[in-house]
Amino acid sequence: MSRSTLLSLLGPRVSDDELLARGFRYLAPTVTLAIARVLLVISIFFPYWSMLLEAPQYPDGLEVIAYVNTLAGDVQEVDGLNHYIGMRPLGEAASFERASSVWMIVAMFLLIEGAASVRSKWAVLLVLPALLFPLGFIVDLQFWLYHFGQNLDPHAPLSASVKPFTAPAIGIGEIGQFRTIARLETGWWLAAGSSVITIVGLLLHRRAYKPLHDLAARRTTTGVA
Amino acid sequence: MSPRLSIGFLTLAMTIGVGASFVYNPPQAHAQETKKKRRKEAEAAPVVLNAAAVAELQKIATDRKLRIEDLSAALKTYLPSGTHDEYIIFASGGHSGQVFMIGVPSMRLLRTIAVFSPEPWQGYGFPVGEEILAQGDHQGTEIRWGDTHHPALSETGGEYDGQFLFIGDKANARLAVIDLRDMETKQIVKNPLTVSDHGASFVTPDSEYIIEGGQYSTPLGFSYASVDDYQSAYRGMVTLWKFDRAAGRVDQTKSFALELPPYFQDLFDAGKKASNGLIFGNSFCVESVTPGFKIGEVNFEAGCSQRDTDYLHIIDWKKAEAVFAKGGAKLVNGFPVISIKTAVDEGVLCLTPEPKSPHGVDVTPNGEFVVVAGKLDPHVTIYSTKKIREAIASKKYSGTDVYGVPVLDFDAVMEKQVELGLGPLHTQYDDKGYAYTSLFLDSAVARWTLGGEYASLHSEEPWKLVTKTPVQYNIGHLVTAEGDSVSPDGRYLVAMNKWSLDRFFPTGPLLPQNFQLVDINSPGTTMPVLYDMPIGVGEPHYAQMIKADKLKPWTIYPAIGWNPHTQSIDPTAVKAGEERVVHDGHDVTVYMTAVRSHFAPDRVEVTEGDNITWKITSLEQSMDATHGFCIGGYNINLSLEPGEASTIHFKAGKPGVYPFYCTEFCSALHLEMLGYLVVKPAAPDAKLTEATKQ
Repeated sequence: MSRSTLLSLLGPRVSDDELLARGFRYLAPTVTLAIARVLLVISIFFPYWSMLLEAPQYPDGLEVIAYVNTLAGDVQEVDGLNHYIGMRPLGEAASFERASSVWMIVAMFLLIEGAASVRSKWAVLLVLPALLFPLGFIVDLQFWLYHFGQNLDPHAPLSASVKPFTAPAIGIGEIGQFRTIARLETGWWLAAGSSVITIVGLLLHRRAYKPLHDLAARRTTTGVA
Repeated sequence: MSPRLSIGFLTLAMTIGVGASFVYNPPQAHAQETKKKRRKEAEAAPVVLNAAAVAELQKIATDRKLRIEDLSAALKTYLPSGTHDEYIIFASGGHSGQVFMIGVPSMRLLRTIAVFSPEPWQGYGFPVGEEILAQGDHQGTEIRWGDTHHPALSETGGEYDGQFLFIGDKANARLAVIDLRDMETKQIVKNPLTVSDHGASFVTPDSEYIIEGGQYSTPLGFSYASVDDYQSAYRGMVTLWKFDRAAGRVDQTKSFALELPPYFQDLFDAGKKASNGLIFGNSFCVESVTPGFKIGEVNFEAGCSQRDTDYLHIIDWKKAEAVFAKGGAKLVNGFPVISIKTAVDEGVLCLTPEPKSPHGVDVTPNGEFVVVAGKLDPHVTIYSTKKIREAIASKKYSGTDVYGVPVLDFDAVMEKQVELGLGPLHTQYDDKGYAYTSLFLDSAVARWTLGGEYASLHSEEPWKLVTKTPVQYNIGHLVTAEGDSVSPDGRYLVAMNKWSLDRFFPTGPLLPQNFQLVDINSPGTTMPVLYDMPIGVGEPHYAQMIKADKLKPWTIYPAIGWNPHTQSIDPTAVKAGEERVVHDGHDVTVYMTAVRSHFAPDRVEVTEGDNITWKITSLEQSMDATHGFCIGGYNINLSLEPGEASTIHFKAGKPGVYPFYCTEFCSALHLEMLGYLVVKPAAPDAKLTEATKQ
């Protein structure tokens, strides 16, 4: 890799004088992206999503709580009920996602860290996975809800009364005697907050390094080195 | 912070975070908390009566001919659907051999707890629990009922702690231990000295001992002696059963008894606070007349009450414990007994006169007084425990009885006598300085004032009858809220009436008993009856009323594979995915699980005469998802509460096909939750073998 390619990837160096003169301008994106990264890691410990199932014989409701890497709540009971309508156990859904999510978050953490370190527009590419993560979570979740709801065992005891369905990933649905209330939880909001802060960080990044880029470009075209 | 340093710091944070994420278990409690929050929000606001509401109530009252006191009683006792009672009664189930759990103030029966009798719903004795029932057999005779009398909640510092319940069986002198986490009987102890008892069970203030007082004197240890040798060979007794709280069992090796004169010991109570360390027990028939023995033309029961006084027994259990510890007890039928002589020599036992044929002996909450109810005397006699201690210390004896037991001078220990009415039996207390005594012949509850430090709690003169409320009919015991603990709550009283006569629709010649709820919340002469509850089982005696929030019962067993007998996970319990049938010669082991709506395996094939070990685990973890498991024709019915694991043994009987099924309507596919136990002939008949081949 030529030096110029590397330079174009990493962006121009910031001179010590410039750093001394306008330190905050360069610190701001670093700090902002750091906050975004930390929020993303913290989100592992909070539920991303929950579904409350209400039915007459469950006065307190049943709740399934999804963390990025595991399921909690009344999973066993819900699985027990699901076998009557021929739905596969919840533990079989998104098993790859749950197994890999922590490593994906590690990767996103490192990529954001990378974005904070480079001084070029490539920073946008580096934060992209983290930026899209909350959205991706919902899309993936809805896919699994669709996949599980549509592929019911036709030989299940209650297959006559409960036809294939798709429970909404967010909001209210109805299955048999159950009303389902799905909503995003703290963890997802932390990840979404991380995305918003990442965008702010990118803008600050642009404000800090774009002028240096433009200056370097002008110098190149005018031949002033 | 320099960017480089911050990057290092963040990398560290991430490493810790990711590392932690692998050991971190998401809190299962989260769901429970949000549920509780929702439940709280749903609480209703009380009604504000407007003209329309008043009109509606008026219409109901007119239609149903209700008086204002009826409306008031209804409002005080009605519980809207889904709300819970403030207090729980654990009542003796009389001859049913059970305990009743009843809510107060609604007076709704919540459940029965099988204790001395087999009970199919709880799967008690069919055959799970049979080994507990068998602990109570008497000299090889199978006993499968009990005359349950006095329940006693375990206490800590004289307060009910909500952990255990003990109850005595009068007919067979037995004591049972019930664990209040799952409301199941864990142990039955047969008294090795006496056939029948009465004064069981009462506990010392920290449940160190459970007291079992005897009743009908016999030769101790089930030996024979002619009734003519009554005075020399027959004896009374009181047994102190050591309770091992950690094990949740009576420790029979650390228990002992005191030999007592052959008076018919009756009820007992343990001293508390000021009188901690003493046990009080009364008696009747100190005349020592015996059935078949006549004094002139007078029959036994009259002969039994010839003298004006019987004896209140005063026992220093801490001294008795020390005597037992230093080997002062002799073995009778293998059980350590402190003889009357040793007890007298060591200052363990003394007597004092009490009005004849008393019944209740009830220590006040502060331990200062003991109230003895006269039964055949219209008074209650109140003894000062302080005076008793002083009299013992200064040996103020009026003499000794014929067995050499010192008798404390009555006047030296008696504090007061209060005339209440006819047939006083039992006394309970409240938080306002009142005592409540049941009057059997008057068929009433008497409220009267205590003196001493209680005098400041009420506005009336101490030691006086305040009011009587008629109850229907023939009251035996009564119970107030935590009324025999060190801090009674008052509020409610339940009169446990022996007869109901006209109170309910006639149920044939055998009528229910009547538990009547009495409102004792207002001081003075207001004490109305609020509610009648028919008890259509047995003949209940005593009950105790505990604040509901002191009980912390499990709603499911703590883990799948739970053995309720050991209150721990059974390491051999069948796990999901390990279901199978193992044949080993004539021994067959069935490893089965139950979950809605399936038994796995659901076909079990054995051969006639096989010894079957059948292990079954409920995989359920959802409240109320109980499965039953019965095998028709085999007298087998188990109750598999969520998580419970059971093991039963039986022999395969005659060849045939025996359906087994879930006896609880567990789910929409309850009827489909079944299987076949196929018993093949031992010497295979060609035809049958062909028929069972698939």
